[in-house]
Amino acid sequence: MKDYLVLRVVAKLMIVFMLLFALYVQFHGDFGPGGGFQAGVIAAASIIFYAIIYGLPAARTAVPDWLVETMIALGVLIYAGVGVIGLIAGGNFLDYFVLGHDGVHGQHRGIFWVEIGVLVTVAGVMLKVFYLFASRVREEG
Amino acid sequence: MEGVIIGTLLVMMAAVTVVIALQRNLFSVVILSGVYSFLMATVLVALDAVDVAMTEAAVGAGISTVLFLSALYLSRGEELKPLHKPLLPLAVVIATGAALVYATLDLPAFSDPGAPIHQHVAPRYINDVMRETGVPNAVTAVLASYRGYDTLGETTVVFTAGIGVIVLLRRLRSGKKEPR
Repeated sequence: MKDYLVLRVVAKLMIVFMLLFALYVQFHGDFGPGGGFQAGVIAAASIIFYAIIYGLPAARTAVPDWLVETMIALGVLIYAGVGVIGLIAGGNFLDYFVLGHDGVHGQHRGIFWVEIGVLVTVAGVMLKVFYLFASRVREEG
Repeated sequence: MEGVIIGTLLVMMAAVTVVIALQRNLFSVVILSGVYSFLMATVLVALDAVDVAMTEAAVGAGISTVLFLSALYLSRGEELKPLHKPLLPLAVVIATGAALVYATLDLPAFSDPGAPIHQHVAPRYINDVMRETGVPNAVTAVLASYRGYDTLGETTVVFTAGIGVIVLLRRLRSGKKEPR
């Protein structure tokens, strides 16, 4: 699709807003609809959009494979790490109220980091699956 | 009014499903399943489940369509004629569908406040969520805090699925490279 000028310009404009919307869905998830899973999928979709318009090599330069593979494991580690920190702070596994100076503050912190973990893993998995499928197309097509 | 909207959308979804079943061109099938997902997402918005609607629109209509299209690129664009008449699968599907419809007759009416699901833990979540977590969106609070273990399990499932796809597709790719 590298020759379609309109698509390239429109894509460049839209990807910024898609990423911004992913961040909004992530960090506004406490108040409105959304959360880590939705934000991760939207963020991955914006990179996939970039790959469709500008080609897979360009996307792999922007978001390299090592980063995507690290993200897949890192998200689960962040999530479980929040649970372990709760253990160290004197609560049970995944108890959030020990994480802050009072229970509600601790809940906010816990939910924030847990959602980050979900975002990182979901975005990583979605992107990796797309990279694998799309690179097969490129090699054989 | 809401019932009319949801009813119309469900009829459209049924129509799309019938067309998908009859269609032999796989490209049309992929695009129609995207249409199906968008209709489903709209139904979920009408049911006030915006979180699920977002996921359905992004995963069902967006990413799955892209993955199906890239898989389609590797295969033929037309579905082959079935080798024999699909009478047995048809009978199984009709029997299962009839059993499910029969089971729904026992369910409490839609949005009935006396239904068991609204009597168990739901009132406690709705009444105490602001005092206990300070998070106005009860869905997020239940997902990340009250049901934190479940969500950790779900994240692990996504992780495992990703690892599985990596293992499968990587092996196929390097296996193809060797004979060259």
